[in-house]
Amino acid sequence: MGEEVKVFGYWASPYSYRAELALKLKGVSYEYINEDIFGNKSDLLLKYNPVHKKVPILLHNGKSIVESVVILEYIEETWKHNLYLPQDPYDKATARFWIKFIDEKCFPTLWLAAWSPENEREKVTNEACEYMKTLESALNGKKFFGGETIGMVDIVASSVGYFIRVTQEIMGLNLLSADKFPQLFQWSEDFANCSIVKESLPPRDKLLPFVKGLIAKYQQDNAKA
Amino acid sequence: MGDEDVVLLDFWPSPFGMRVRIALAEKEIKYEYKEEDLRNKSDLLLKMNPVHKKIPVLIYNGKPVCESLIQVQYIDEILPHKSPLLPTDPYQRAIARFWGDFVDNKIYDLGRKLWTTKGEEQEAAKKEFIECLKLLEGELGNKAYFGGENLGYVDVVLVPFYSWFYAYEKCGNFSIETECPKLIAWAKRCMEKDTVSKSLPDQDKIYDFVLHLKKVFGIE
Repeated sequence: MGEEVKVFGYWASPYSYRAELALKLKGVSYEYINEDIFGNKSDLLLKYNPVHKKVPILLHNGKSIVESVVILEYIEETWKHNLYLPQDPYDKATARFWIKFIDEKCFPTLWLAAWSPENEREKVTNEACEYMKTLESALNGKKFFGGETIGMVDIVASSVGYFIRVTQEIMGLNLLSADKFPQLFQWSEDFANCSIVKESLPPRDKLLPFVKGLIAKYQQDNAKA
Repeated sequence: MGDEDVVLLDFWPSPFGMRVRIALAEKEIKYEYKEEDLRNKSDLLLKMNPVHKKIPVLIYNGKPVCESLIQVQYIDEILPHKSPLLPTDPYQRAIARFWGDFVDNKIYDLGRKLWTTKGEEQEAAKKEFIECLKLLEGELGNKAYFGGENLGYVDVVLVPFYSWFYAYEKCGNFSIETECPKLIAWAKRCMEKDTVSKSLPDQDKIYDFVLHLKKVFGIE
C-alpha cells in the first residue's frame, strides 16, 4: 500500500511492546527503531515527542502518535480489520475502564511491590493483590479479556501478564500465582503462549538482567532520596 | 431516540463531573443529577462504582460508566452526529486524546498543589502549571476552540478547571490571565455557551469551597 509505518521503542519497554503487538495483530508491516532511552535520546525522538520525550512513538506516513493507549486506539481506527475493541459503545467504555485500571493501579503497584524497601513492601503487596483480584474479576470466566481472542485490554495487560511475571521471578515474589489468582494466572499463560504475542516479547534471558539492574537503580535512588 | 434513563452521580465542585455535564448538555441528553455527599457515599454510588467508589458515575439505562474521559467518549459515541466532540479522522482523534490525557495527568494535580502547599513547593507547582497552560495555548493556536470552530473533546476536558482558576490565583498569588491571556480568552469564549456556563459553578463558590477545605484539612 506504500505506507510508511515506524515504531520508535525500547526493547524492554512494556509500553512500546503494546504498539508492536497491536501492529502485528493487524498484520501491518513496520520498521522498528530502538531508542537509547537511558542514554542518548535521538533527535528524531525529541522531534516526534517534544512534550514527553518518551517511547513508544508511532510514525505513520510522517505523522507521529504518542502515548501507548492513544497509539492503540489510533491503530484500531486506522486498520479496521482484526478489531480488538468491541463495537458497542458500552462494551468499549468497559474495556477502556479496565485499561485505565491496569495502567493507573495494577501495573504501578505491582512494580512498586517489586522494588519497595522491606518496611513498605507488605502494604504495597497487599494493595497490589487487591488490584489483581479486581482485575481477575474482569476476566469473568473468559479466556482473554477480549473474549475468545486477544483484545485491547489483553494487549495492555501484557505489562502485568509478562513483564511483571518476569520481575517477580527475579525478586522471588509469587504475587501472580496459580493458587492465589487461578484465572489471571491461566490468562497470563494462554496469552504468553500465543505465537503472535511471543514474536515480539523481549526474551526472558535478556529481560531478567535488565530488570534486575532497573530494580537496583530504583532501590538506590529511593535510598538516596 | 426514546426516553432513556440517564442518571449522573456527581459532586458540584468536581471538574471531572463538570466534563460530563457539558457533554450531556452538548448532546441535549436529559438526565437526573444526583449530588453525592463524599463523606457519606450513597449505596447507589458504591454499587455503581465498586472499584473506585468515586464520582462522576454516569448510569445509562441502569448500566454504569465510570471515569470522566471514558464517559465523555461514551456520550460522544452514542450520539455521534449531534455536536460531535471527537473528530472523525483517526490522527486528529489521536491528537485530541493526547491532549485530553495531558490535561488529566497534569492540571488537576498541579492545581491541587497550588492551594495545598506553600513556599518552594507552591512556586514549583505554579511554574509547572503555567508551563502546561502555555503548551495548551500552543495547541489551541489561532483556533476558536481546541475542537476548531466548535467545542470539542479537549475543550470539554479542560474548561471545567476554569471554574477553579480564581481559587488557584488567590491561593497562589498570581494572575493566570497575565501569563496565559490566550487561554483565558478561550475559556471566556467557552463560557459564552450555555452548555458550559450552566455546567460550571461560579468561581467565587469554588474559592469559598477551597477556603472551607483548607480549614477542614488544617492547611494555612
